[in-house]
Amino acid sequence: MLNNFVMPDLYPAAPEIFLLLMSFLVLFVDLIFGATHRWMTAMLTVVTLLGCAAITLVTSDGQTTLTFSNMFVDDLLSDFLKLVTYLAVIMMLIYGRQYLADRGLDKGEFYLLVLYATLGMMVMISAASFLTMYLGLELMSLSLYGLVAIDRESRRGTEAAMKYFVLGALASGMLLYGMSMIYGATGSLELGSVAQAMYQGHSEKTVLVFGLVFVVAGVAFKLGMVPFHMWIPDVYHGAPTAVTMFIGSAPKLAAFAMALRLLVYGLFALAVDWQKMLLIMAVLSIGLGNLAAIAQTNIKRMLAYSAISHMGYMVLGLMSGLVGGQLDPFTAVNAYSSALYYTVAYVLMSLGAFGMVLLLSRAGYEAENLEDFKGLNKRSPWFAAMMLIMMFSMAGIPFFVGFFAKFAVLLAAIKAGYTAVAVIAVMFSLIGAFYYLRVVKLMYFDTPVDSAPITAGLDLRVLLSLNGLAVAGFGLFPDSLMLVCTTALMRSL
Amino acid sequence: MIPLSHYLILAAILFAISIVGIFLNRKNLIVLLMAIELMLLAVNLNFVAFSHYLNDLSGQIFVFFILVVAAAESGIGLAILVVLFRNLSSIDVEDLDTLKG
Repeated sequence: MLNNFVMPDLYPAAPEIFLLLMSFLVLFVDLIFGATHRWMTAMLTVVTLLGCAAITLVTSDGQTTLTFSNMFVDDLLSDFLKLVTYLAVIMMLIYGRQYLADRGLDKGEFYLLVLYATLGMMVMISAASFLTMYLGLELMSLSLYGLVAIDRESRRGTEAAMKYFVLGALASGMLLYGMSMIYGATGSLELGSVAQAMYQGHSEKTVLVFGLVFVVAGVAFKLGMVPFHMWIPDVYHGAPTAVTMFIGSAPKLAAFAMALRLLVYGLFALAVDWQKMLLIMAVLSIGLGNLAAIAQTNIKRMLAYSAISHMGYMVLGLMSGLVGGQLDPFTAVNAYSSALYYTVAYVLMSLGAFGMVLLLSRAGYEAENLEDFKGLNKRSPWFAAMMLIMMFSMAGIPFFVGFFAKFAVLLAAIKAGYTAVAVIAVMFSLIGAFYYLRVVKLMYFDTPVDSAPITAGLDLRVLLSLNGLAVAGFGLFPDSLMLVCTTALMRSL
Repeated sequence: MIPLSHYLILAAILFAISIVGIFLNRKNLIVLLMAIELMLLAVNLNFVAFSHYLNDLSGQIFVFFILVVAAAESGIGLAILVVLFRNLSSIDVEDLDTLKG
């Protein structure tokens, strides 16, 4: 009946609504002033994201609120993840400004696609039903396909976009197929009701596990885990570096949220099954990512394989929530918050590492080979030190944020009884240290191949310095970030 | 009345055909886009069948959303295809070899 319609509570979705409305304004401003004053579009985009951050902070009350017929959830976890997402996107815009302008890529479309991709991530982070999860995912992915192909003359870029599109569409198809099976078995699309139906045990287990396999495959694709990792190296390599930075940062947070919401909130009754699947994929990702990265000469490709292995480590935390079929809330919160901590730390490191690539690039020159880092210490000791911090942190050397992140997920895995897996993960991180330290060796002990002065703007330099110091600082005081992650999860689970 | 399993088997067959189409097709990117469409339609069939047998409307509503997103998806896919054709002068899958993945 139409007269049964109740206006949904829009308040929990205020940041999303604000972003959508502002995106129309950005479109309008770009239409009028874009040709001559592109900086206005860029500024307005940043202002939009800052506004979203302000709204998210103001409306955050620590309560879990469901709205839109239980399809959209606003809790402390979603607020935290959204804030980190805004931060990552703003940092990407500042890092990429000069790079995009030099290549004529700072078109109006770029900023709009970034905004819509961000909106998609926000919807994913707040999704409480299969429908919203799917719509957020597609909004994010479709914008990202466009962003990868933003340089229309680039053969590499368009080829990467095509591969990303085909594999991405395949992954969302698999995810949907899994969702349809779970819908059929439980009779609901809302994650809460799905979980309830499973605990009541009326649903057919075979159908559920069959659906689960497809859902896990879809999630693994978005995280970029072996054997669904094929797109990562090509897309990271082919896309313009600023876009690579975008794909390598904020969407990881959204993919984490997607994994957590679907698997933990929705399908926790099947945790024993999906933990096994994640375990296999995590070990494969850590192994293949670290081994393949050694063979790379292109730093974007190297960071792509490193991303695969990092997601493997992150999933170690995600699969350690349920120990031996027994649920202990304390262990579960610890395990999931270690994964959250890992994701946030990885996003910071990834932004910094790609920031270095952008720092060394200039008009008409892409500093994307490892050779370009040779002798960086002679050209700029300060930024060589920043890169050193990023590489040490990614390798997991003590007293950088990456070390504590690895420590937390390994601890969670050991507590869950996966000691052998933790040992394998540590062995592979030792192998992985080789290619991170090779970059350090190139910077400090080799003679420069490219001796042109670094021409990057002041904004990039300041941000990169702050980013490096943040990675070092969170390493010196790891408890603060960890506490935030734990609190966010504890209040939201 | 046709039992639910018939619909599910049909959807599974369509889904399998589309996956095979994506992996075995080495010739033409447009065939790939068609396979992706087919995959989404197989899922739609699943949702509608379940929705009917569960007497629950939300599955059919999901189908509307999937249809809309599928349209947007093929729009973007064809746009990328056009740009790719301009750069490559070919839509052969095998010509996508600049990046070794």
